[in-house]
Amino acid sequence: MSYNWPILSLVTFLPTIGALAILLIRGDEKIVARNARATAMWTSIATFIVSIFLWVGFDNSTADFQFVENVEWIPSFGISYHMGVDGISVFFVLLSTFLTPLCILASWEAIKNRVKEYMIAFLVLETLMIGMFCALDVVLFYIFFEAVLIPMFLIIGIWGGVRRVYAAFKFFLYTLTGSVLMLVAILVIYFETETTDISALLDTMIDPRMQLWLWLAFFASFAVKVPMWPVHTWLPDAHVEAPTAGSVILAGVLLKMGAYGFLRFSVPMLPYATEYFTPLIYTLSIVAVIYTSLVALAQEDMKKLIAYSSVAHMGFVTIGIFTLTHQGVQGAVVQMISHGFVSGALFLCVGVIYDRIHTREIARYGGLVERMPKYALVFMVFMLASVGLPGTSGFVGEFLILVGAFEVNTWVAALATTGIILGAAYMLYLYRRVIFGKLEKEDLKSILDLNTREIAIFVPLIVVTIWMGVWPAPFLDVMDASIANLIEQHKVAINALQTLSVAGN
Amino acid sequence: MTDMAPMADIYPVLPELCLAVMAMALLLYGVFRGDKSTSSCSWLAVLALLATGVIMSLLPESAGSAFGGQFIVDQFARFMKGLVLMGSGLAVIMSMNYNAHEDIARFEFPVLILFASLGMLLMVSANDLISLYVGLELQSLALYVIAAFRRDSMKSSEAGLKYFVLGALSSGMLLYGASMIYGFAGTTRFDALAGLFTGPDADPGVGVTVGLVFLLAGLAFKVSAVPFHMWTPDVYEGAPTPVTAFFAVAPKIAAIALLVRTMIGPFGELFDQWQQIIVFISIASMLLGALAAIWQKNIKRLLAYSSIGHVGYALVGLAAGSEEGIRGIGVYMSIYLVMNVGTFCCILSMRRQGVLAEGINELSGLARNHPLMAASLAIFMFSMAGIPPLAGFFGKLYVFMAAVDEGLYLLAIIGVLTSVVGAFYYLRIIKIMYFDEPAEAFDRTEGREITMIMTIAGAITLLFFVFPSPIIEGAGQAAAAMFGAG
Repeated sequence: MSYNWPILSLVTFLPTIGALAILLIRGDEKIVARNARATAMWTSIATFIVSIFLWVGFDNSTADFQFVENVEWIPSFGISYHMGVDGISVFFVLLSTFLTPLCILASWEAIKNRVKEYMIAFLVLETLMIGMFCALDVVLFYIFFEAVLIPMFLIIGIWGGVRRVYAAFKFFLYTLTGSVLMLVAILVIYFETETTDISALLDTMIDPRMQLWLWLAFFASFAVKVPMWPVHTWLPDAHVEAPTAGSVILAGVLLKMGAYGFLRFSVPMLPYATEYFTPLIYTLSIVAVIYTSLVALAQEDMKKLIAYSSVAHMGFVTIGIFTLTHQGVQGAVVQMISHGFVSGALFLCVGVIYDRIHTREIARYGGLVERMPKYALVFMVFMLASVGLPGTSGFVGEFLILVGAFEVNTWVAALATTGIILGAAYMLYLYRRVIFGKLEKEDLKSILDLNTREIAIFVPLIVVTIWMGVWPAPFLDVMDASIANLIEQHKVAINALQTLSVAGN
Repeated sequence: MTDMAPMADIYPVLPELCLAVMAMALLLYGVFRGDKSTSSCSWLAVLALLATGVIMSLLPESAGSAFGGQFIVDQFARFMKGLVLMGSGLAVIMSMNYNAHEDIARFEFPVLILFASLGMLLMVSANDLISLYVGLELQSLALYVIAAFRRDSMKSSEAGLKYFVLGALSSGMLLYGASMIYGFAGTTRFDALAGLFTGPDADPGVGVTVGLVFLLAGLAFKVSAVPFHMWTPDVYEGAPTPVTAFFAVAPKIAAIALLVRTMIGPFGELFDQWQQIIVFISIASMLLGALAAIWQKNIKRLLAYSSIGHVGYALVGLAAGSEEGIRGIGVYMSIYLVMNVGTFCCILSMRRQGVLAEGINELSGLARNHPLMAASLAIFMFSMAGIPPLAGFFGKLYVFMAAVDEGLYLLAIIGVLTSVVGAFYYLRIIKIMYFDEPAEAFDRTEGREITMIMTIAGAITLLFFVFPSPIIEGAGQAAAAMFGAG
């Protein structure tokens, strides 16, 4: 099926149009707030509906980029506005369009001041995220990748918690430092290959010695974004201070930008360096999985705990990507999508009780099941999905990653599995302390269960989490061809290099 | 030379001649009408700058020279002159309201800006060490006076005096360098100098190299590059704000253009000698610009350090020494002009109960009281920090591209890392405007023109990415002219 209309540009820039519409709203503060919320909601829902066509119209049989748009942009540098999706990126586009309406719904009452600016920032953020996953030109990618910092900085800094300024600065400067090194690498690639087009770059071989440097520069950027141990420290701060919806987008989509970068750039464009540095990635990932799980076990703050669990889960993702096996990479992509739903939902769960009691301290809760049975159920689903219970999306991803890892390196697989056990420990421990136990605190005795708006947020998330867990085929089929192609290309490149070095000897 | 038609020689200098005549006519007009004429004088000055620009664009596009080759016009000169004229014109417009408010509205102000602009145009077109010096001094003398334009203010007089003493020192160095070059090379003409250094057995000799170093030191002072930057923060802080706005833009652009022409033109073959100096100056400027600004509390001082940093980034393009590098400088300076003019419009709007506020903390909570101004200033700050998709990113992209192309990886890496440090203090301004609790609102008495310039500059900075080609192509042609001739 082919579409003649520029569906990717439409999905990308529809939220910006909504943001411009909100900008024009004038009048009394209350009316502005109400209209801004409604406009943002409808825009994001419309974007989501349009983005569904991407999935419906997607051709599973090919690894090529689809829905491609290519317009000349800066001719003197050969940069073009080149957009397109393949079986990997299409899911991240959908993830972004799916989570944004939920985030806006979640901010409905939590955000009370400067609603107009908040909604504008969120819609602009959506545009930038989608654009980043669709960009097929390195410079275009970089522009979207880094521009995301602006709205996110403002969201954390304006609507965040007590230490929001510190968190916003840390987030911005950490990410920027990594990104600028990537910019230098992009420029080097441009002069080595004379092109900035990603599909052309995928077929170009870069000098192996150069690859190592370029890989490190890309690594600096993506590792911060993922985040990998030891550059993960911005994440707990940013998560704790960001407003609930900000945390959801941060965990749900922004963390995937790093891993997506590995899949899109490091692995296919720098195959030699990827092989060379795989042990480094394994080591850092395993440290992340085990160490941050232990740290999570010791947390007093719910959001911090989930933030550390995110680092651990993203450790699985990086292991999966660098196994460079079909299962491993597929598992990594599934895990990323699943983590997008699950950790997003967990942050929303925290948001629900934070909106009521205004604290995230675990010790301040207990026995919520008595007053909030629906909430207890919702929380349980996502807690178990995070642990990786069979039947939830978390299981599919972790299982595939471990299969892939086992094929390559038994030790990596064995150590990663410990992470799953620790993951179960801290999540169950959290659940027990918050939901079970005696309802003793005075202010909890009058706490209200989920209202309709909150149920409306959680239902779609529960549906997709279980759908992906029970019947993942629709997801896996779409990405199959692209991943097979990725692995195949990598093998070909490595073989070519070996032949070269044999011939050289 | 003698058989050349005399009129053909006039065409290249026609814009400058017209500007000179208009400036002198305006001076007479002002003298006869007295201080009542300030407002009309200012508008006439803007008109004169505009007319000069129009004349320049109407003349044939081909390169030409005048005064026996001392004066050259090419695409590069046209591009840079366009920027200079724009910067001067906007500075005059921005000054009017302020000068009236501060009771320093005198007709000499626009006239002096016209003379300074004339000097800058000569600098950009200089093709001889003598004409270089004449242009530079014409500019500098006018600038010394307007730095001290607020005569009854200690700070302003101090700024003027400091600028004069240090400026005279740097002019001395420049002259010394020029005389050494003349002594060893036997000519002051740029094309003759270039000819001396080309060829297989050309040996510049130590004398010329030493002269070149002095020349560079003098020029580095004019662009306020480290280690000749000391005057910048004091002068920026002390001078009246519209004067600071003027200083930050037009003279910087002219001096950068002059530096580029001098290095690439006559001394292009001595690239190996001056490249390391430029690399050092560039790194030092980027570092100092980023680090020293962190502790500033006065926004004008902060912008002084920020401009030192910007000069460092622009010099990255010169350090590359390639056509791409010069194109990068062109793009960078164009964007620099827009960002700075916009930022100074914001600063000029920081008036509370009739007094102009200069502390960064005075901006606190600006987003609540003046959303448009806060949004504009935030755009300029993000842009100066080099965050895409704003214009400032493209400026940095092009200079670093040139550096990477020439294999200056270390310079590029240091450059991008200092831009992260720099991002810190730009973010701090945004933090104060958006995250902090609002302070008392600013007066809303500032002129319509300032708000308009601010909004337009903000829109250009924000939307540059939509249609970047005109500026990039223009700068590309300018760079090509530089290398086609040299």
